[in-house]
Amino acid sequence: MNIIEVKNVTTIFDERIVHDGLNLTVKKGEIYGMLGPSGCGKTTLLREMVTLQNFDEGEISVLGHNLSHMSYKESQKLKQEWGVLFQAGALFSSLSIAENIALPLIEYSDLSKAMIDEIVAFKINLVGLKLSDAHLYPSQISGGMKKKSALARALAMDPKLLFLDEPTSGLDPISARDFDALILKLRDLLGLTIVMVSHDLQSIYDTLDKVAIIDNKKIAFEGSLADIASSKSTFIQTFFKEKI
Amino acid sequence: MEHIQITSSSNKLLLEFSGSLNLYKVTSLERELESLSLVEMKNIEINLQNVSSIDTACGIFFIRLKKSYEARNINVHITSASSEIIGTLDLVIKQCSLVEKIKEPKKASFINKVGRTTYKNYVGLLDFFNFLGNLFATKLHYLKSIQNIRFKEIAFELNENALKALPIIALTSFLIGLVVAYQSAYQLKIYGANIFLVDMLGISILRELAPLITAIVIAGRSGSAFTAQIGAMKITEELDAMRTMGFDPYIFLVMPRIIALMIAMPLLIFVADIMGILGGMLVASIDLQITPALFIDRFSEAVAAKHFFIGLVKGPFFAFLIATIGIYRGLKVKNDTQSIGFNTTKSVVEAIFAVIVCDALFSIAFTNLGM
Repeated sequence: MNIIEVKNVTTIFDERIVHDGLNLTVKKGEIYGMLGPSGCGKTTLLREMVTLQNFDEGEISVLGHNLSHMSYKESQKLKQEWGVLFQAGALFSSLSIAENIALPLIEYSDLSKAMIDEIVAFKINLVGLKLSDAHLYPSQISGGMKKKSALARALAMDPKLLFLDEPTSGLDPISARDFDALILKLRDLLGLTIVMVSHDLQSIYDTLDKVAIIDNKKIAFEGSLADIASSKSTFIQTFFKEKI
Repeated sequence: MEHIQITSSSNKLLLEFSGSLNLYKVTSLERELESLSLVEMKNIEINLQNVSSIDTACGIFFIRLKKSYEARNINVHITSASSEIIGTLDLVIKQCSLVEKIKEPKKASFINKVGRTTYKNYVGLLDFFNFLGNLFATKLHYLKSIQNIRFKEIAFELNENALKALPIIALTSFLIGLVVAYQSAYQLKIYGANIFLVDMLGISILRELAPLITAIVIAGRSGSAFTAQIGAMKITEELDAMRTMGFDPYIFLVMPRIIALMIAMPLLIFVADIMGILGGMLVASIDLQITPALFIDRFSEAVAAKHFFIGLVKGPFFAFLIATIGIYRGLKVKNDTQSIGFNTTKSVVEAIFAVIVCDALFSIAFTNLGM
């Protein structure tokens, strides 16, 4: 089953073409990575997939919904079925960690407060945070904790699909490897499909099942990491030169 | 000069450098060499044997020196003993050969600039209409069900923007009442028209001054706060996070602020009315010997209630302008910190301007309606 389908997507910023006819497919249960040199529009494509940005031509469908033709209700429903982890966490600064995680549950469900507290505690444990930190505010915690809290918030509604924007950037190597392990564990536990943008080579080798390399406005390569040597993009040759 | 020894013989020039050369010395060396006469020179030797160390800035200086002499058909020879210096020079030569001359971007013509600016302003205007349209569309959707109204957020904003603004608004309007009364008292005394101070104060404060002063204080206080809060949320991607979670920022952030301010403004104007008149009453009793009892007596006689109501009616309109401009500016913040300051300034200036224009329109409208 195809979770995400991107067909002939073209994006133009002012006078600069960012994407020129991109095609890619993400299948259920995959950990799918989008790589490429900086400024190639990886994050832009991710933002287009989560409807934060419009594209000029082509089609994107996510979980069977065509993003260009979607009613308000449909889009609200879709937004409860995915989770997004932003680069810097983007936790709501006026709410504590626990309140951040509880927010989607409070807004979208009619669960009792006791039940919500239980779910929040479970998610906090799941991502490897301490329950004693749950009452802290985003300004009081470290970068790694912010990412974990944001991941817990993204997982609050038990989404089928998770988007990660540079999940390991700004983390020290040990926390970054822990985060990779966490992502793999969550995929196996919850049957998630994960789409991420990453620069971290180690993380790419450890976690990704499939990669798409965006270079020079096009998809330079799509497939598994094992087949990457066959590609001729200069970015791939320099980025992966030690391994292939 | 301590770092350079120049010896010249017929058509040969010897430049002997010494000591430790770094970027602080380049300019003085350059100046020293500029004054040299190079007429009839065929060979130049740059001797670096006594130089203990050079940095890359000096390396670039020597390579440029060599190139400029070679351009005049002079043979240049660099001698150096230290391998480190040769290494630095080699590095500079290698990097210089990689540098491509960047073409200066073409300067836009006057017409091009005017066209671009006009188009930008036009798009900016459309953008504001887009914001207003979005706002009204959300409003309709929002008012469909009472459950959509976020009372908790509205109460929070009321506390922030009304209750906490009370002291400053009370003090400002008290002082304005005091000042206006004091200045008029002096003029009225000349004609012996002391009692008319009450008429003048009553009408000017209730009808114009109190709403305007309140609006200006609120524009400076809440308008700027809205811009900064929402702008910061945009930079930290909190707004994006809300959108991806299906929380419409218009419902969660925009509407509660606008509604709260629209409720708060008439109440604040009411307080400003009381405090302004109180200030006037104080001056009247001290300066013009009008007792508070007499003041109130005259007040109820001379000042019609319509002035009070006209002042209050303006409140929600001013509040709407201040809140929408503040929020719109907040949403316009780009992904850099400078843009928060820029938009905050703009939001306050535009809000005050809009309030004054709106007040002028009201003034004309009410007068023509015979009120």
